[in-house]
Amino acid sequence: MLMRIPRVFGDPWFDQVFQGWPERETAEARGYPALNAWEDAEHYFVEAELPGMKMEDLDLTITGNELTIKGARNLSQVQGARYHRRERPAGAFARLVRLPVEIDASKAEAHLRDGVLSVTLPKSPAVKPKKIQVKVAD
Amino acid sequence: MPEMTKQAGAIRNGAGREPTRDLPRYQPHVDILEKDDELLLLADLPGVSPDRVEIHFEDGALTLSGRVQERKPGEARAILREYGVGDWHRTFTVSETIDASKIHAEYRDGVLTLHLPKVAAAQPRKIPVKSA
Repeated sequence: MLMRIPRVFGDPWFDQVFQGWPERETAEARGYPALNAWEDAEHYFVEAELPGMKMEDLDLTITGNELTIKGARNLSQVQGARYHRRERPAGAFARLVRLPVEIDASKAEAHLRDGVLSVTLPKSPAVKPKKIQVKVAD
Repeated sequence: MPEMTKQAGAIRNGAGREPTRDLPRYQPHVDILEKDDELLLLADLPGVSPDRVEIHFEDGALTLSGRVQERKPGEARAILREYGVGDWHRTFTVSETIDASKIHAEYRDGVLTLHLPKVAAAQPRKIPVKSA
């Protein structure tokens, strides 16, 4: 069972009004891990923060235009220790991201570094935008 | 139990200070565990490279901070934003039951493990009872 503390995304104006530590995640975040994604003409980029994870603990699959990120974070049990505070999320997780166009799965890449997962998903060649020449009629 | 409460009070949040960088600042999630000989503080600091982790201890205040790089792939435009990216910062008050000179830490895969050894007097000790 995944333990998670829900948080609300803050922006600079929110910070000034409330003078507190800004919260990080939008209310719409659909589970763990929270995801950020970008797009350019040729790729989608998906990023997630997964501290304490190694690539072999993660299961990434691409089907058509869907990326699934699955894994489990097991916090190591320390012998004879008592918890005074438990804030770090732990447990099994799975997220599915549906992207607007199909992905070329054979060219997808993923890196995990310092607890940040970065996935690069090239768009399928058939759906890449093409520039259309507009000829001016004489 | 009085002993338990005293140890629990060994680490408390302190007040934050104003950030001076453009990136926002967030408090990392931490777990705090107590063992017989030390307190363990584990902090999630994703996005921080090992050379950017800093631990300061001064006047009983223990501050963890980690600086991140802005992460945005080139010219791409955002299509999903579920979390903000910023530096990590959190301060704790450490009681005298901790031997500050022996604090040490490891950092790996975005997780900082901080060891706070207790002074000898604070460690549980079995007292031998001799029969008279």
